[in-house]
Amino acid sequence: MNAVWVVLGIPAAAAALLALVPNHAAAGRLNALASGLTFATSLTLFADRPETTHLLIIDDFNIYLVALTAFVSFTTSLFSASYIHHEVEIGRLKAANLRLYHSMYQAFSFTMLLALTANNLGLMWVAVEGATLTTVLMVSLYRTHEAIEAAWKYFILCGVGIALALFGTILVYLTAQPSMGEGMAAMTWSELLPRAHEFRPQLLNLAFVFLLIGYGTKVGLAPLHAWLPDAHAEGPTPISAVLSGLLLNVALYAVLRFKILMAANAEAIAPGRLMIAMGLSSLIFAALMLYRRRDIKRLFAYSSIEHMGIITFAFGMGGPLANFAGLLHMTMHSLTKSAIFFAVGHIAQAKGTQKIADLRGLTATHPALGWGLILGVLAIAGLPPFGIFMSEFLVVTSTFARTSFYSLLAIPLAIGLLLAFGALILRLQGIAFGEPDGPGKPVSASLLPMYLHLALVLAAGLYLPAPLVEWFQTVARQLG
Amino acid sequence: MTALALQLLQMVLVLAAAPLLTGVVRKVKARLVGRRGPSPLQPYRDLLRLLRKEAVVAENASWLFRVAPYLVFAALWLAASLVPTFTTGLLLQPTADLIALVALLASARFMTALAGLDIGTSFGGIGSSRDMMIASLAEPAMLLVIFTVSIVAGSTALASVADYMREAEVGLRVSLAMALVALIMVALAENARIPVDNPATHLELTMVHEAMVLEYSGRHLALIEAAAMLKLLFYISLIACIFAPWGLAAPGEGAAVAAFALTAWSAKLLLGAIALAVLETSIAKMRVFRVSEFLGGALLLGLLAVIFLYVSRGI
Amino acid sequence: MKDLYFDTAHMLGAAVLLLSFALLFQRRLSGVINTFAAQAVVLAMAAAWQGFVQGAPHLYITALVALVFKAVAIPVALHRIVRLLMIHRTVETALSIGLTMVVGVALVTLAILLVLPVTSDSAALTRENLALALSVVLLGLLTMITRRNAVTQVIGFMSLENGLILAAVGVSGMPLVVEMSVAFAVMVAFIIFGIFFFQIRERFDTLDLHYLESFRGERS
Repeated sequence: MNAVWVVLGIPAAAAALLALVPNHAAAGRLNALASGLTFATSLTLFADRPETTHLLIIDDFNIYLVALTAFVSFTTSLFSASYIHHEVEIGRLKAANLRLYHSMYQAFSFTMLLALTANNLGLMWVAVEGATLTTVLMVSLYRTHEAIEAAWKYFILCGVGIALALFGTILVYLTAQPSMGEGMAAMTWSELLPRAHEFRPQLLNLAFVFLLIGYGTKVGLAPLHAWLPDAHAEGPTPISAVLSGLLLNVALYAVLRFKILMAANAEAIAPGRLMIAMGLSSLIFAALMLYRRRDIKRLFAYSSIEHMGIITFAFGMGGPLANFAGLLHMTMHSLTKSAIFFAVGHIAQAKGTQKIADLRGLTATHPALGWGLILGVLAIAGLPPFGIFMSEFLVVTSTFARTSFYSLLAIPLAIGLLLAFGALILRLQGIAFGEPDGPGKPVSASLLPMYLHLALVLAAGLYLPAPLVEWFQTVARQLG
Repeated sequence: MTALALQLLQMVLVLAAAPLLTGVVRKVKARLVGRRGPSPLQPYRDLLRLLRKEAVVAENASWLFRVAPYLVFAALWLAASLVPTFTTGLLLQPTADLIALVALLASARFMTALAGLDIGTSFGGIGSSRDMMIASLAEPAMLLVIFTVSIVAGSTALASVADYMREAEVGLRVSLAMALVALIMVALAENARIPVDNPATHLELTMVHEAMVLEYSGRHLALIEAAAMLKLLFYISLIACIFAPWGLAAPGEGAAVAAFALTAWSAKLLLGAIALAVLETSIAKMRVFRVSEFLGGALLLGLLAVIFLYVSRGI
Repeated sequence: MKDLYFDTAHMLGAAVLLLSFALLFQRRLSGVINTFAAQAVVLAMAAAWQGFVQGAPHLYITALVALVFKAVAIPVALHRIVRLLMIHRTVETALSIGLTMVVGVALVTLAILLVLPVTSDSAALTRENLALALSVVLLGLLTMITRRNAVTQVIGFMSLENGLILAAVGVSGMPLVVEMSVAFAVMVAFIIFGIFFFQIRERFDTLDLHYLESFRGERS
C-alpha cells in the first residue's frame, strides 16, 4: 500500500474513532498513539517515495514538512494528554467537550497533511479550509465569552481569506487552460510547473495577489493578522502550539507553491517584492506590539507573527541563501514556538492565570518549567547557540548578497529583530526571576516534549547534519 | 394614409383610450381583492361630470393656479401623441426625441408643483416638496435609461429606437433588462402608483400627487385627472415601444397592417394594465423616506446598465 | 444561437449581482434571508445553464447542491434560528443604505477594471462572468463589513461563496473536485455556525455583534 495513503489514513481513521471514545484519558492516549504512528509512517516516506499521482505528490519540498508536521503533532499530543488531564481535574473542561477536541485534533492533523501532500490545487484549498474549520471548533472549546468571540473572528477572517484564495486558484486555472486544456491537468501542480512559462503573465500576477492575500491571512501577515492573537490566547494551549507551529507553516507552504509557479514564468512580476513588504511590515508591527502585551499567550502569538514575517521576508528575497534561511527558520520556529507553548501551558495551569503580571519567580517555584521557558525564550529571541540565531543571521547576510537597495533592507530587518529581542528579554526577566507570588500548584507536567524540541533546536544551532543541509539547498534552488 | 391624418388619429386615440386604461386598472384591482369594482367606463363619466361642474377657486389663487391645468394637460397630451403607438409614420415624428419627451414631462411636473404651492396650504406644500424629491431621483434614472437605450440603438429619436429594436438582432441583453426594470420603477414613481404613492388614498399625510391637486375642482380637476390618465398611457406605450415594439407599422404600409398594429397596441396596453393592477395589489406602499431608497435603486440599475453596456462593448 | 447562450448566461450572472445589491438594500432580517435564497436559486439556474452550454453534466450536480442547500435548507434553518432565538429583527447598518450602494457600485467598477484588462485572450463569456463573480464576492465582503448582526454576516459570507461558485462554473472545464468541495465547505461551515448561534445565545441575549465586540482583547 502506498505510504502516503497510510500517513493520511491514520489520522482520518483516528478522528472517526475518537469521536466515539467517551473516556478522556483513553482518548488522550489514543490520540498520542495515532500521532506517533503517523510520525513513524512519515519517516518511511524518506526511504521509499511514492509515485506522483494527480491528487497527491511527495517531492523534496514537502517531504521534510510532512515529517516535521507529524513530529510536532506527535509531541503536542503528548503534551495535550497531560494538559487536558489537568484541565479536567480543575473542572475547566468537561468530558463531553473532549470527544470533539480529540476527534478534531486528529482531523486537523489529517487536513494539514493533506494540504502538504496535495498535488491538485483544488484539493490543497479544500484541505486548508478543512484545517481552518477544525481549529475554529477547537479554539472555542472553553465556551467563554472571549473564546467564542475569538473563534468567530478567526472563522470570519480566515473564511474570507480562504475565499479570496479560491478566487486566485480559479484564476490560475484560467490562465493555465489555454495551454493545458480543460479538466484535471490544468489543476495539477506537477503538470503546471513545466508549462508555467506559457501562461499569461498579467493574469498570473492578479492570481498571485489574491493567493497571497488569501493564504497570507492564514499565515498571519500584518495587516491580516487580527485573528491570530485572540485565537492563540483563548484556545487551549495545545491548539496554540499547533497553530503557531504548524498551521502557519502550511499556509506559507501554499503561498510558496504558487511562488514557484510564478518564478517559472519570466514575464510575471517578481512576487518577491510584495512578500518582502508584507514580511517586513509584519516584523516591525509585531515587534512593537510585543511591548504592550499583558497576557503571556498573546505575547507569544505576536512573536509568531513576527517570525512568520521574517520567514516571508526571507522567501521574498529569494536566492539560494535566503531560501535556505527561510526553510531553516520555518523548522526552527516550529520547534521552538511549540516548546514555548508547552511550557506556557503548564505554567498557566500551575499559576491559574495567563496574565504576565501574575507570573513571577518561576525558577524558584517550578524550576523545570521555569528554566524550560527561559531556554525557549532565549531561543526564540535569536540568541546563539540556538538554531534561530543561525537562520536570522543568514537572512540578514542574504540582504547583503543582493543589490544595494536590498542591502538597505537589512536596517529595518535588524531593527525589528532587536526590538523583538528587547521586548522578550524584558518580559522574561519578570517571569523567570523576581519574587514569586500567588499560588503555585504542583502540576503533572510532561516535560519531555518541551525539552526534546529545545534539544533539537540547540543541536541544529551547533551542527546541521550534512544530508539535511544538502536537502535544504535542493529545495532552496527549486524555490528560485 | 398621410402622416398628418395618422398623427390626428393618434391624438384622438390616446385621448379616448386613456380613461379606459385607468378604468381597466381599477376594475382589475377591485376584482383581485374580491370586490366587483366600478365599470371600466366610469372614468369617462367622472370626467364628464367634473367638466359640467363649477370650478371653485380660492381667493388668493394667482393666474398660475388657473392656467396650470391647461398647460399640464397640453404637455401630457402632446407627449402621449408623440410616442409611436401603432405606427412610426407620424407627422411630428422628427420632434419625438426621448430627451424632448422627458423635458415635456418635466415641465408638466413643474407646473403641477407650482400650482400645489400656489394657494399656500400646507398639504400642497407637502405634496410639492415630496414630488420634487421623487423627481430629483427619478429623472436622472430616466436619463440613464435613455442613455443606455440610445447607445444601443444609436439615436435618441424614438422612431429610430423602435425600428432598431424591432429589426436588428438585439437579443437578450443585460443592459436592456436592467434599463427595463429601472424604467418600470421610474414609471411607478412618476404615475404616483404603489409602492411610491397611493392614487386612491384619502389620507392627506400619505399623499404625494393627490396633495398637490387637492384644491382643484370642476373643469380644472377634469383636466388634471385626464392628464394623469394620459401620463399612465404614455409610460405604458413608451415601455411597449422601446422594449416590445413588435407589431408597429412602418410609414407607408397599408391599412391592414395599421389595423393589426392597433390591435397589437391595445393588447400591450391591456397587458400593462393587468400587470400594474397585480403589482399594486401585491405589495404595500412604502414609507415616504424609503421612496428615496427605492428610486436610488432605480438610479443604481440605470448606472449598472450603462456600466455593463460599456463592459460588453469593450470586449 | 451562440448569442443566446451568451446573453442568457450573462443575464443570470447579472441577476446574481443584482440580488447582491438587493441584499445590501434590505432592512429586515427575513428579507435578507429570503433575498439570499433567491440568489441561490438564480445561481443554481446559472450553473445549470453553464452545464448545458459547456456540455458538462457535473455542473448540474453543482446546481442541484446549490439549490437544495443554499436555497432551501439553509434559509429554512436560518428562519428557524431567528425565530427560536428571538433575534432582533431589523438590520443595523454601519453606513446608510444610500452610501452603501454607492460603495457597492464603486466595487463593481473596481472588479471590472481588475478583471477585464488581464483576461483579454479568454472568451468574452468567461471574462464577463469572472468580472460579475468578483463583483459578487466584493459585495459579499461589503455586506459582511457594514452589517452588525451575526446572521447577516453569515449570509454575507455565503453570498461571497455564491460569487466564487459563479466564477468556478463560468470557467469552462473546472474539475468536479473544486465544485463539490465548495459545496461541502458550505455545509460544514453552516454546521459550525449552528453550533455558534446556540453558544452565542447561551452567553448573550442577542446576536448583535456590537456586544461581542465589546471585548477588546487587545488591551491585555
